[in-house]
Amino acid sequence: MEFLDASLPYIMPIVYAVLMISVFMGLCSYSVLAERKVSSWIQGRVGPNRTRVPLVGHIPILGNVMTGLGLFQPVADGLKFLFKEEIVPGHVNKGYYYLAPIIALAPALTTMVVLPFGRYVDADGITQPLVLANVDLGMLIILGISSLGVYGIVLAGWSSNSKYPFLGGVRASAQMISYELAMGLALLPVFMWAASPGYYDSEGLFVEGSRYGMSLFGVVQSQQAAWTILWQPLSALLFLVALFAETNRLPFDMAESETDLVGGFHTEYGCFKFGLFFVAEYAHIIMGSGIFVLLFLGGWNFLPWVADPWGDGIFGSVLSVAWFMAKVFFMIFFFIWMRWTLPRFRYDQVMSLGWKILLPLAVGNLVLNTIIIALYDTLTR
Amino acid sequence: MIDILFYVFAAITLTSALLMVVSPNAVNSAMCMIVAFVGTAALFVLLEAYFLAVLQVLVYAGAVMVLFLFIIMLLDVDKETNQILKDKLTLSASIAGFALLVVLICSAFAGGQHLPETSLMPVMENPTGEGIGIPFTTSAKSFGYSLFTKYMLPFQVTGFLLLAGMIGVIVVSKKHSANS
Repeated sequence: MEFLDASLPYIMPIVYAVLMISVFMGLCSYSVLAERKVSSWIQGRVGPNRTRVPLVGHIPILGNVMTGLGLFQPVADGLKFLFKEEIVPGHVNKGYYYLAPIIALAPALTTMVVLPFGRYVDADGITQPLVLANVDLGMLIILGISSLGVYGIVLAGWSSNSKYPFLGGVRASAQMISYELAMGLALLPVFMWAASPGYYDSEGLFVEGSRYGMSLFGVVQSQQAAWTILWQPLSALLFLVALFAETNRLPFDMAESETDLVGGFHTEYGCFKFGLFFVAEYAHIIMGSGIFVLLFLGGWNFLPWVADPWGDGIFGSVLSVAWFMAKVFFMIFFFIWMRWTLPRFRYDQVMSLGWKILLPLAVGNLVLNTIIIALYDTLTR
Repeated sequence: MIDILFYVFAAITLTSALLMVVSPNAVNSAMCMIVAFVGTAALFVLLEAYFLAVLQVLVYAGAVMVLFLFIIMLLDVDKETNQILKDKLTLSASIAGFALLVVLICSAFAGGQHLPETSLMPVMENPTGEGIGIPFTTSAKSFGYSLFTKYMLPFQVTGFLLLAGMIGVIVVSKKHSANS
């Protein structure tokens, strides 16, 4: 028992982490299903509707409904990736070829450590975030780690040692550099508004203004009055466009671009290694949706002017998580919706959009917001 | 625990840095350099300098090295640099490097055992001159305050240097494209 008490602080984080990874991976597989279902709906098809698991699938009415919705399809997809014959082309650079899918997936799974997904009220009545690690640099950590994800794509393209994957890898690296800047600059006004400056109380002691720094929890708490997207629409738009580019989604999937590059960086990959790339793409989408919801759509706050009607107890925490997840699901749907609505950009259009439109707009947005904040601080002092 | 982690990350950083220098393949070198950067970031974390660690990953491992890799792949530099230690420049540079390393190790083991005691101290005096100074924290905030007050001049000069470098690059590359 003593041993248990001593080791509990080390075991519990691992348990939480494993729980979160399983939920996250489940979400990934069902986003794949959502992609297939939404695309079929948009294109006037039926989509996956015949995969049936024995026993569960044969429950009278429920089983048929679940089969029709394709709820068992992710299992079939996963098993297919696992059990296919694993072909490694002879001309590839083996070490990096094996390493690339892992590098692609690992950053997406790492960033969720600092992603808050709900809130609870602790014993002292203080609202705390539900998150694996509540650090004040949350957003910077997400930007930093997710910027490592591109190496998976670049290495896959390079190690495949053939032309189309190589072009895909080179495109991915150029695109990532171009849009990372705009993304970071679009975020800054949000954090500048979320962090209130410090002030001196009547005894001359400095009271720290923002207790949160770059933490995502602080941004959500600052949106109790109004969601950021309502009064920072330009930042939201810039961030969203950069997010689409960073997650390599259509209309920005230059690295994949199957019309001119066959399959882009994963042309030479098959079965489970391809599956890892595929899961990584959806993991990035879910993370991106989560970040967008936290930064611009008020996180778990109920409606733009109704802050937090959830109670203090466990039930309230569950409701806040559920509302946050509902918003994330909407954003995932939005990602899929855009993919099947917009045509792909040409590569030079992607580059000129990033450097000639997004970046100047982001810089202008930052300067404008700085001036407004400075004026506001001067006038209200 | 922290000691063990320090040795692990220090070993990773040093090994990958060494591999980076000796590897004949340019892409291998770049990958080793990324690992070295991430290892350095881990060492920053052990020093509780989280902000520096994140910047290390974000700027060097995330952005600069992507650019390196892009250039290496685009120009295919592999085929030109197969002559390690053959030309005099590489030889003299490596000798100088090793000499520096020897000096570093000697000073660390001979006279470097009197490292200053670490203690928490205010980063700076209060800029407005009222109240007490801002307490030392590892948060991004204290970096920001000292950067924009005490170290304002170096900060501005660095920015100016970067601007000069950027303009230089634009001038050089423009000239090329006009001639061709």
